Amino acid sequence: MNYLNTFKIALTAIRRNKLRAFLTMLGIIIGVASVIAMLAMGEGSKSYIKNQMSGLGTNLVMIMPGAEAHGPVRSSGTSKLEMSDLEAIARNQYVAAISPLVQSSAQVVYGNNNWSTSIYGVTQEYLPIKNLVIGSGRVFTVKELHALEKVCIIGQKVATELFPQGEDPLGKTIRVKNTPFKVIGILQDKGTASMGQDQNDVIIAPYTTVQRRLLSIDYIQGINLSVTDDKDSEAAVAEIKQILRREHKIKEGDDDDFNIMSQSEMISTVSTVIDAIKYLLGAIAGISLLVGGIGIMNIMLVSVTERTREIGLRMSVGGRGNDILLQFLIEAAVLSVLGGIIGIIIGYLLATFAGNMLGVEALVRPYSVVLSFSVCVGIGLFFGWYPARKAANLNPIDAIRYE
Amino acid sequence: MSEKKTIIEVKDLKKEFDLGEVKVHALRGINLQIKEGEFVAIMGTSGSGKSTMLNILGCLDRPTSGEYIIDGVPINDLTKNELAGLRNTKLGFVFQSYNLLSRTTALENVELPLYYNSKIKAKERKEKAIAALEAVGLADRMHHTPNQLSGGQQQRVAIARSLVNDPVVILADEATGNLDTRTSYEIMSLFQKLNEEGKTIVFVTHEPDIARFTSRQVIFRDGHVISKELVKDRLSAAKMLAELPVEEDY
Repeated sequence: MNYLNTFKIALTAIRRNKLRAFLTMLGIIIGVASVIAMLAMGEGSKSYIKNQMSGLGTNLVMIMPGAEAHGPVRSSGTSKLEMSDLEAIARNQYVAAISPLVQSSAQVVYGNNNWSTSIYGVTQEYLPIKNLVIGSGRVFTVKELHALEKVCIIGQKVATELFPQGEDPLGKTIRVKNTPFKVIGILQDKGTASMGQDQNDVIIAPYTTVQRRLLSIDYIQGINLSVTDDKDSEAAVAEIKQILRREHKIKEGDDDDFNIMSQSEMISTVSTVIDAIKYLLGAIAGISLLVGGIGIMNIMLVSVTERTREIGLRMSVGGRGNDILLQFLIEAAVLSVLGGIIGIIIGYLLATFAGNMLGVEALVRPYSVVLSFSVCVGIGLFFGWYPARKAANLNPIDAIRYE
Repeated sequence: MSEKKTIIEVKDLKKEFDLGEVKVHALRGINLQIKEGEFVAIMGTSGSGKSTMLNILGCLDRPTSGEYIIDGVPINDLTKNELAGLRNTKLGFVFQSYNLLSRTTALENVELPLYYNSKIKAKERKEKAIAALEAVGLADRMHHTPNQLSGGQQQRVAIARSLVNDPVVILADEATGNLDTRTSYEIMSLFQKLNEEGKTIVFVTHEPDIARFTSRQVIFRDGHVISKELVKDRLSAAKMLAELPVEEDY
């Protein structure tokens, strides 16, 4: 059998009916394009969210009092975290930096301007943990921390809200819940909001000051720490758990009265969710690819009937059953391959365009291209097979005189 | 006169169609010899078995029993694919309804049989097709598609296609059936010219006046050959054509 000739014959047959060829391909084009676009958008959002989350801190681990909610009853009422807990954890080898956290929402006033924001009571180590950088001014000192000094560092958002005329906030005194705080530092812009919370909309102050002067409490509301290496975060979480259980004298078999969340765990949870959504969307798009394949089969079947006489003629001048089979199979394959290529290009453009609209970089991964392309070639051959068999099995005597 | 080679040899050939309850005996023992250079008309009314005979002669169908030898090759033991190969190299077909591929130039239509012969290269294929078109006088129309050609021209393209593989026999099935008298004569004169050049032609028709252009008439009735006489007063289509009154333009 001469494959090259059969290939030429098939290409000529497609060229002879360009509009039909295009319409046949349309289903495949749309299918492949949507698969590519969906997967690219999924990948893009995943990496976007991952980036945003790593912006939250460096190998961050957060500890909060209270057990994880099991069912409707929360038994967290009495559990608290103490500075002694923090000191116990701080001795652990995995801990790179650690800071207590007390927090309050607060009305802040400067002159005629007021703004509602959150104030975080922490130590100096909080800034590297959370990837926060001082833009101008300074961090509070250990001395100020111990002396319960009323000093604070404000975020960009707070600065612009309280000082709309562009005055330099440094050295100014703002009132937080009616307590005067001196601004000693301004944080660098953290960029746009992420995960529902504007990281520029914060006030940071010594935790001692916030504890005693604003909240009148002697416990802490949480511990933030960073692990030396991202790879160790799981081990760190396990060890911290043991330390806290010991500190809190929790009996074997009882539930924890605290809650530990690590950044890498959060990222992997979110990744899993986004992956699930991505594959769901991909599968839905895959259905349209399947429909496209059925479209090819449809048209090929019509084409076989329509070209019965041509098939009869080809057979009578010496075309064997296999030649005819191969011709129609190649026609189907060429249509689906061509449709696949066009679909990949359109899918890529679509993903890029949608990515720009949504502010998410669309990522077309090689695997999605290979996957959708091979699926559509497979579909072309699979759905091309039946019509091609039908053509090859025609009786030349009947076919040549078919009206 | 030297003994001519036998191209087609049919011995006691029978064909039955099993239609479930009834058996149709389409051919009931045909004996026929066609020698090289003959121009044979196969005649008969519809249902006489002439189409079945043509299908078998064309290696499109097999006999139920009996022998058929074409150019020295007995076809009884050949596979489907071998039959296709035989059609490709030894036979040329001309059909009543031309059966040209639409939207395909005359040249490509004529090239078609050679596509199925892997021994023939692209260059040779084109040369042969052009030569065949020249033989039917359509070299100047080779890049026209069928819808740009008249019926007679389309049939001549079909004849060129049947010639292109240099077959041992050309089988024509009612080749003038769709054409008017003048064009029929044109086609017949072309067949006569090809026959004079040595081509063996088997021409199925039901029109007696067309059969008179051939050299021998084989008449079928009810699955039997009832006559296979030489044509005594053979006509020349070219002469008839010249004698036709000139059509006037109105």
